[in-house]
Amino acid sequence: MTIQTKKQTSHRREMYQRAVVESFIKLNPRLMVRNPVMFVVEVGSVLTTVLWIQALFGQGEAPTGFIGTIALWLWFTVLFANFSEAIAEGRGKAQAESLRKARQDTPAKKLRGTATDVQGAISKTEVVSSTTLRKDDLYLVEAGDILPADGEIEAGIASVDESAVTGESAPVVREAGGDRSAVTGGTRLLSDWLIIRVSADPGQGFLDRMISMVEGAKRQKTPNEIALNILLAGFTIIFLIVCATLLPYSIYSVDATGQGTPITITVLIALLVCLIPTTIGGLLSAIGIAGMDRMIQRNVIAMSGRAVEAAGDVDVLLLDKTGTITLGNRQAVEFIPVNGVSAKDLAEAAQLASLADETPEGRSIVVLAKEKFGLRGQTMGASEKAPHGMQFVPFTAQTRMSGVDYNGTSIRKGASDTMTALIQSAGNVVASDLKLTVDSIARTGGTPLVVTRNAQALGVIHLKDIVKGGMKERFAQLRKMGIKTVMITGDNPLTAAAIAAEAGVDDFLAQATPENKLKLIREYQTGGRLVAMTGDGTNDAPALAQADVAVAMNTGTQPAREAANMVDLDSNPTKLIEIVEIGKQLLMTRGALTTFSLANDVSKYFAIIPAAFASTYPILNTLNIMQLATPQSAILSAVIFNALIIIALIPLALRGVPYRAVGAAQLLRDNLLIYGLGGLLVPFIGIKLIDMLLVALGLS
Amino acid sequence: MNIYSLLQIVLFMVVLLALAKPLGSFMAKVYQGERTFLDRVLGPVERFIYRISGIDPKEEMDWKVYAIAMLTFNVLGLFFVYALQRLQGVLPLNPQGLGAVSADSSWNTAVSFASNTNWQGYGGEVTMSYLTQMLGLSVQNFVSAAAGMAVLVAFIRGIVRHTTKSIGNFWVDLTRSTLYILLPLSIVLALALVSQGVVQTFSEYKTVNGLQSSAEQNLPLGPAASQIAIKQLGTNGGGFFNVNSAHPFENPTPFSNFLEMLAILIIPAALCYTFGVMVGDTRQGWTLLIVMTIIFVALLSVAVWSEQGGNPAFAAMGIDQTQTNINPGGNMEGKEVRFGIVNSALWATATTAASNGSVNSMHDSYMPLGGLVPMWLMQLGEIIYGGVGSGLYGMLAFVIIAVFVSGLMVGRTPEYLGKKIEAYEMKMASIMILIPVFVVLTGTAVALMSEAGRATIYNPSTHGFSEVLYAFSSAGNNNGSAFAGLGANTPFYNTILGFAMLIARYWLAIPALAIAGSLASKKKVPAGAGTLPTHTPLFIAWLIGVIVIVGALSFLPALALGPIVEHLMVFK
Repeated sequence: MTIQTKKQTSHRREMYQRAVVESFIKLNPRLMVRNPVMFVVEVGSVLTTVLWIQALFGQGEAPTGFIGTIALWLWFTVLFANFSEAIAEGRGKAQAESLRKARQDTPAKKLRGTATDVQGAISKTEVVSSTTLRKDDLYLVEAGDILPADGEIEAGIASVDESAVTGESAPVVREAGGDRSAVTGGTRLLSDWLIIRVSADPGQGFLDRMISMVEGAKRQKTPNEIALNILLAGFTIIFLIVCATLLPYSIYSVDATGQGTPITITVLIALLVCLIPTTIGGLLSAIGIAGMDRMIQRNVIAMSGRAVEAAGDVDVLLLDKTGTITLGNRQAVEFIPVNGVSAKDLAEAAQLASLADETPEGRSIVVLAKEKFGLRGQTMGASEKAPHGMQFVPFTAQTRMSGVDYNGTSIRKGASDTMTALIQSAGNVVASDLKLTVDSIARTGGTPLVVTRNAQALGVIHLKDIVKGGMKERFAQLRKMGIKTVMITGDNPLTAAAIAAEAGVDDFLAQATPENKLKLIREYQTGGRLVAMTGDGTNDAPALAQADVAVAMNTGTQPAREAANMVDLDSNPTKLIEIVEIGKQLLMTRGALTTFSLANDVSKYFAIIPAAFASTYPILNTLNIMQLATPQSAILSAVIFNALIIIALIPLALRGVPYRAVGAAQLLRDNLLIYGLGGLLVPFIGIKLIDMLLVALGLS
Repeated sequence: MNIYSLLQIVLFMVVLLALAKPLGSFMAKVYQGERTFLDRVLGPVERFIYRISGIDPKEEMDWKVYAIAMLTFNVLGLFFVYALQRLQGVLPLNPQGLGAVSADSSWNTAVSFASNTNWQGYGGEVTMSYLTQMLGLSVQNFVSAAAGMAVLVAFIRGIVRHTTKSIGNFWVDLTRSTLYILLPLSIVLALALVSQGVVQTFSEYKTVNGLQSSAEQNLPLGPAASQIAIKQLGTNGGGFFNVNSAHPFENPTPFSNFLEMLAILIIPAALCYTFGVMVGDTRQGWTLLIVMTIIFVALLSVAVWSEQGGNPAFAAMGIDQTQTNINPGGNMEGKEVRFGIVNSALWATATTAASNGSVNSMHDSYMPLGGLVPMWLMQLGEIIYGGVGSGLYGMLAFVIIAVFVSGLMVGRTPEYLGKKIEAYEMKMASIMILIPVFVVLTGTAVALMSEAGRATIYNPSTHGFSEVLYAFSSAGNNNGSAFAGLGANTPFYNTILGFAMLIARYWLAIPALAIAGSLASKKKVPAGAGTLPTHTPLFIAWLIGVIVIVGALSFLPALALGPIVEHLMVFK
């Protein structure tokens, strides 16, 4: 425990140290110019430094110490902003480091030619370096090997340890064909063997993309970030004009009144830096990186910042029914006897018929009979362990029923139409209440399973999709956020409607096919909505490609992962909700800090304007409502506050403004109170405190 | 301030807001091409105009074509007014035999009237012939206003339409604005003004004997009423006579004064309602109208309070400034006795809130804070009601900024009325907010630093600074009112202010059209629970906050060196 903590502390210290070094490296004007606000601050820092050097030679426009201190704090302002970016990047880098370890050069057993089984493959392998593998090459992996490259399984089935990528230590099964055929380079095979077709050239693999994403190396500005940057640049230009024209105004005022001296360049630069939105300008890129990072912490890899941003805008969520909304398997919930049979009799027959049924449905029947009637189905799993005389009849596609034969009694269970045919073919009459019961179950969205004994109907088992706990609340929450939920299912419309109502989703798509899924997404998009969906199968790929936010399960197929713009390493379909929240947080943090930054300016005017024109218009000191000690301490306090607030807000930028699922109006009200009103008031207090400190230290 | 002062303000606001809805819904009908009661009379005229000028009213334009049409039309108008002034000496309807106007003044006036600014460096009665007044200035009064309304309507169409490039037809919008809205309203107002004694004649100036002395006095006349009606309604403000609506022949009675004040704000206010109707949600229109009205009333209160409070310098001279039933009290310097404090301050606030610029008192003589109010209203970008059309599209630029920041704060890509606000809109909206600040502040700086600029400042002091700042605030926001105290009819000021007006008008109208084009091409996002509502009291407060803070941050340092420090010195 203590060792761990110590290790973490030293690790963290290392990260901070690296961030400090990075802050200086980032001073390179060619990098700075990408951020117009901070670039202006850097130019201001250089100018004041030149003025300070000039002052050192006795040519100063103001006291040397004053110019020097201003210059120093302007440099701090730039460095603090760089530091915030470096810290945000550092967190991603640490993650990339551990990923990179998994991507080391590994030996690969490359196949010359093709093979379909391990014996055939071994004879054709040659061991090469993983870096020489190219797309469409085949390779063999056996138990204990590290997979050298991403690929699709051609043959074999095996368990794979994917903890290097997912952090999840439980092994997963991967096999050829189906939805679990993609493997990731860097993971380790635990058992058996696989023949894999390489799906990406070296450096283009999933892990490589992940590393470059978390490192932010390929980070491009997102659309919303660009729009905000334009606004910030607009304000910067306005304040440049305001400050630049103050010099002629000041000269005229000095001429007209015949007293005082014009405003100094140092003070003008100080005023400019205080006014331009440095708080948000300095933290903007850290906010973006931190947003990606928060995704990664939740085990979601976003392929672009654009996708993270779009997540906040999502207004339609497409969710697969099975596995997402329901537990994935239907379960028996009721025994309904017909034809005067007792419920216990029916339950006993149903249990007997299901003893050998290893499907979740079959097991749930056994459990229900035990719970309801105390019937202890003997612990017999397979037919060879069956009691004497019992003969289990497994389900086949031809008979479409299963059951048991013993002592000349034959019990069967199956879908209603199959069973009706069975009863009728034996020459028996279908009980009148059977059809009624079957229909009423079907109407509620359940699946009726008819049980017969010797081709006579005993009753019906009600099988039902069980909605996961807490789903209704989550959907209600989403509705409050303004997000519509749509359930996708292969069920018939009746069943789908019943489950949709129970789960509390807003809409559903029944009998879904890849085509009508795609069509549904397009329809929503034409209506101006942003659609998010999750998927894992190859048949999801077209819909994933069309959706604005597409989350592929890491267990999914390669085409699904290629088509998506996010991959969920936990393969948890409800993750979408968290993804939306992270996207919203990202935008909210930008908005909140922009508001804060601009609201700050009001107080800075009250600090600097009386000070700047103190010599020409001493009467302007009436505006010095903070009662700052001297003109110099007033200007200095404003500049220092402006620099320190960046450092103070780094944690908020990295953590993000908390999001709560309430309506937009309430969110705005709360954030305006905190960041708008707070932004107006906090600097008055902060600047005054700094001024008092400067006085106490004798620096005023 | 006594109860009568208060009642006058309340009456004015009530009548203004009550008229906004009927006029607003009428204008919406005009722009949406629906039938109105004027169709029977004006329909044939409209069709005739299209036929002789070869316009297909069904043809739609994208934003670039629309902008080019507007610019071409304005440039032609500008050249025409310039030529008319230069040639008036040899043209008819010139009973006083006035000669050609100087080149720099002609340029300034031509730009001024084409850009709906109506800054006047000249004195009307001693400079312009009747022909120039009517064919040049009056015509521009109509069409420059109509052009502003056209741009606004195109902007609204950009919001309403989706996934299309077209935003309407400039020629149709121009024609319908003039024919159905400006012309009928002007005729009604002109007749009402004539009933109050405003002159409307082609006769030459009259020479009469003065009341107080036997000396002869020359009384200028002219076709004033018709021009005054449109100068008020079209937020033009260019007076027929030099002293504008302080002149008894332009504004003879308290009732004519009330009508003229109402005419300043009525169309810009009603356009808010038109906006609401056209976007299909009148609450959106009311929201903007409420925002404008709150800022207006707040600043009006400052102006009235400041003027009614009187001048300590007068108090020192023993002048009684207390308000009684027979004495308006307060600072009456530069104000007409027939209007008093309240109606002067109300006019000053209204004329600068809207980009009208006509005056019935001399703003230069206001108390420092009373003078700050009109100056700051212009600096806010002429969006508090603002110019006809231009005021609302200027306001919408602020709405876009406000929506952008607040939209971020609720965690969504910001959207307004179903349209996403993205980088392109931000770029254009930023330009629209940036340009006036640039023109006003740098223009003032250039004037203060140049010999020519300083030469005609008649009060070289803090007040002189305010005079220059006011002149550029007026030209740089297409208002046109003058603080006076500054000799502006010089080649220097005529030229530089001409450019200021040109930039302020078109560098705002073109980005506005660009936004319209971009919005029109977007998909419409249906509103949901996560959408930021833009009609709530909270949004009203937020929008006011954004406007006031941006306005304050941009101009506080300049104002501190002008009216604010002057105020502190006067009330030391």
